[in-house]
Amino acid sequence: MKNLKYLVLGVLFGIILTKSEVVSWWRIQEMFRFQSFHMYGVIGSAIVVGLLSIQLIKRNHLKTINGETIRIADKKYSHGVWIGGTIFGLGWALTGACPGPMFAQLGSGVAGAAVLILAALAGTWTYSALRERLPM
Amino acid sequence: MFELLRQPWPWYVAGPLIGLTVPALLLIGNKALGISSSLRHVCAACVPAGIPFLNYNWRAESWNLFFVLGIVLGGFIGYQVLGHPEVVAISAETVRDLKAQLHLTDFSGLLPKELFALENLGNWKGWVFLVLGGFMVGFGTRYAGGCTSGHAISGLSNLQWVSLVAVVAFFVGGLLMTWVLYPLMF
Repeated sequence: MKNLKYLVLGVLFGIILTKSEVVSWWRIQEMFRFQSFHMYGVIGSAIVVGLLSIQLIKRNHLKTINGETIRIADKKYSHGVWIGGTIFGLGWALTGACPGPMFAQLGSGVAGAAVLILAALAGTWTYSALRERLPM
Repeated sequence: MFELLRQPWPWYVAGPLIGLTVPALLLIGNKALGISSSLRHVCAACVPAGIPFLNYNWRAESWNLFFVLGIVLGGFIGYQVLGHPEVVAISAETVRDLKAQLHLTDFSGLLPKELFALENLGNWKGWVFLVLGGFMVGFGTRYAGGCTSGHAISGLSNLQWVSLVAVVAFFVGGLLMTWVLYPLMF
């Protein structure tokens, strides 16, 4: 069962998101109103730790547990990065949830999260269908 | 120890743990942290409808779906098993502003029931907050090539300038909604 390790890591990730309340609409509102350091602290310290970890991996040429060379694909620019990013930001402030938290909310027992996820799937599907006609 | 786990976790505990997910995924399987891609994989698996962008071997990315399934379980454990406070302890200023601007009165739970309860699908609030909001998250993240995890955490950790553009755009959208569109809606 090669995917079990990702399931386990996902469980831990979901617990962290939930216990730190970043899955809460209230916390996202607090963030966009600049009324608490909490969300900035979570995201900022996550980036610092992620950055240091990637530097350690690169400088020491660490390999995966299966002995593969670690490769991280570069993110490519398109106009979608800022157009889509702004659309996501509008939705983030409405729903108080990015994709990860939507799934954690569903597990926590919020019924509305099922609607959010279905709507997000509809959004992704619509983007996929319109992709060739959108500015890139 | 268990009592400590039950309390909401401070940012300096949760943030570094989220950051460690980045090297953990790289080390166990050469995977880059990113969650919004799972939405694309579900679309490709369930309703590909001959769309080129949904015609790829999603099974090769099935790890992402297991990770997301784990997040659902983690949400259950983190909230229902480990327990949670009745009210998220947000700042007094936010409570005051949300009472005054959005006319919210019930501050219990992870999200305001006055906006996100399923009954709201009978009025404009449910359609804007649940349906339109969710749609924009799904549309926008794929168009942008990532969400908070893929761009903000994973991308910035790998010093991707594209991700910095994305994060600025996320904030432009979020601030526009909070400071301009919310006051127009309520």
